[in-house]
Amino acid sequence: MSLSLQNVSRVVDGEYHIDNVNLTLEPGSFNVLLGRTLAGKTSLMRLMAGLDRPSEGQILMNGVDVTGVPVQKRNISMVYQQFINYPNWTVFENIASPLRLEKVAEAEIKQRVTETAEMLHIEHLLERRPLELSGGQQQRTAMARALVKDASLILFDEPLVNLDYKLREELRQEIRELLKSRNSIAVYATTEPNEALALGGITTLLHEGKVIQSGPSSDVYRHPVNVDAAELFSEPPINLIRGFVSETEVTFDNSVHFPLNQDLQGFKPGDYYCGVRPNHIGLVPHADDDLEVSVRVEVAEISGSETFMHVKNDHFNLVLQLSGVHEYHTDTPIKVYLPTHKLFMFGLDGKMLQAPGRLHKGI
Amino acid sequence: MAEIHLKTLAHSYSANPKSPGEYAIREMDHVWEQGGAYALLGPSGCGKSTLLNIISGLLSPSEGEVLFDGQRVNELSPAERNIAQVFQFPVIYDSMTVFDNLAFPLRNMKIQESRVQKKVLEIAEILELQNLLKNKAKNLTADEKQKVSMGRGLVRDDVSAILFDEPLTVIDPNLKWKLRRKLKQIHEQFNITMVYVTHDQLEAATFADKIALMYGGQIVQFGTPRELFERPNHTFVGFFIGSPGMNFIEVERCEGGVAFSGQAVPLDPGLQDVLSQTSSNNLKIGIRPEFVHISTEAISGAYECDVLHVEDLGTYKILTVDLAGNKLKARLDEDQFVPEKKAFASFPKQWLKLYVDEYLVEEDEK
Repeated sequence: MSLSLQNVSRVVDGEYHIDNVNLTLEPGSFNVLLGRTLAGKTSLMRLMAGLDRPSEGQILMNGVDVTGVPVQKRNISMVYQQFINYPNWTVFENIASPLRLEKVAEAEIKQRVTETAEMLHIEHLLERRPLELSGGQQQRTAMARALVKDASLILFDEPLVNLDYKLREELRQEIRELLKSRNSIAVYATTEPNEALALGGITTLLHEGKVIQSGPSSDVYRHPVNVDAAELFSEPPINLIRGFVSETEVTFDNSVHFPLNQDLQGFKPGDYYCGVRPNHIGLVPHADDDLEVSVRVEVAEISGSETFMHVKNDHFNLVLQLSGVHEYHTDTPIKVYLPTHKLFMFGLDGKMLQAPGRLHKGI
Repeated sequence: MAEIHLKTLAHSYSANPKSPGEYAIREMDHVWEQGGAYALLGPSGCGKSTLLNIISGLLSPSEGEVLFDGQRVNELSPAERNIAQVFQFPVIYDSMTVFDNLAFPLRNMKIQESRVQKKVLEIAEILELQNLLKNKAKNLTADEKQKVSMGRGLVRDDVSAILFDEPLTVIDPNLKWKLRRKLKQIHEQFNITMVYVTHDQLEAATFADKIALMYGGQIVQFGTPRELFERPNHTFVGFFIGSPGMNFIEVERCEGGVAFSGQAVPLDPGLQDVLSQTSSNNLKIGIRPEFVHISTEAISGAYECDVLHVEDLGTYKILTVDLAGNKLKARLDEDQFVPEKKAFASFPKQWLKLYVDEYLVEEDEK
């Protein structure tokens, strides 16, 4: 069953919460909606579910217009940020509830609930009540309830934000595994670029109610259509520096110069935005055309296995993503090396003109 | 300002605890030095909130003592301990201006208004709130509100410590690092003991000079972020720190070292000596995905593996392989070649760790 949104908008009090969205989701696909808080992720999911009606446009399921069909009449499951369970029911009854509504036979209920609980590793908790469980177990219960019936559309609205990141890692993997063998359409909303990449599948970037790009996650990551897409799909944020390209060289913010390399030779003289991914900047040079920039450390954020270094000079700020632990004090002067052959080039209107050549291969 | 000493401290929520499992905090002796920036890190249910409540005075420990600069404070309330706290959700007065919110603790102490003015302006400037002083607090964004909560702790000269309980939960991801930077800067400027409770390794490691990692009511390691990453002294630390966590493989003793599924792992003689002094059979080797070396050809000392899958995380890739029945993860650089079916994994000696009964064992230093 495919789900198709055609010119869908939702207007609330004269404000476009969803602005002319066109999307087709294929059966068996895993779709990530990536956007900041208030980008319209939840609004879009509610439209997909039939919880809200679009102000304009149509929603088709398998080619059939379902725009006005309410959620109860569509075969849909949802998992929310908050762990929503019936507190007075056992875990078993919580998971069984969608099947009871469908009047499934008792023996089958028992079998399906047990199977689903096993997949989510909560089979030993079936007789407990939700409040006796940890947060992770409560969310597993809610997920089991969403997965126990064969929904054609399963919506996950930031389901893991309230869990600690180790649990997130675990559950993210489980969700992907569980959906692999199904033909449902899965939609998963998140604010975190790294989560979108880890989930794989298809990423749709949502910004101020509009879809700005959609495609296989790693393609969208490597070929953002514009500055907004590049910024959205980068954690830490992609570095953007205004650069002036002349016949012979590039100048960053009137301060740092480097000769034009072969990747940049096709560009007309003028102003551009140059983007460089935080993980491409290093503390030691890696190539002959690396540009040395003197900066001061603002803060070194250590993630355990990586360090995010925020540095600045008088003209611009940079973020570096380094592997391993690097301890630096605020205000330490250091030199960083920026690979001039790994630049994303954007026009001043924000449109992407070129992605780093090395990553272009095979396209 | 104070040194906080938790002396033979333990806490149980039951009246007559009989087994160690009934303790939310198992007996510990721990010192937070004056002026240090610390994080208390652990998964939900590890006891970190209980410990924080004991330090702040919201909870009295069932055993042992809490000492501030050597003075017992078990019976003192949070206010009497001069502890400032910043919670998950900003605690401020919505109807007051930012200025009045910041001035509130000082005015409560009947401090002269001219001094209040001076102090509030000073703190507002550090927190970059100076342009918002006249605004009503209710119109602030979440991160601004959280800065005001922090400011209320900082205006007082007499605070012995500031405790943070997951202070960035409600902050938008792209603003989090700004607030983290601010916190770090504040710590470097003020010489106040700060304890930051979180389940997020990034927040803990960014903020703290030293991290106390809690698990099962115990502090399993107290060390710098680098120590926790490079030398986890318990398998839980290896698992919890790093993403993905450390690889562990169960091994047994053999001539010249240890072995798993017939694959020998040679150990240095010094480590063999240490191993021979224990009788436990709960043995594991551990190596971080970052340190597993992957090649496409058989090289000396490398183990042949089957490639299971690879995850493209943009800036790097995580390769999962099957090594004689053990799942092993390795981190590959963005432009590193990804083997398709077979791979050869080797473990550089300096990064290969040995765990006996879940704890790290190392050669005795000579």
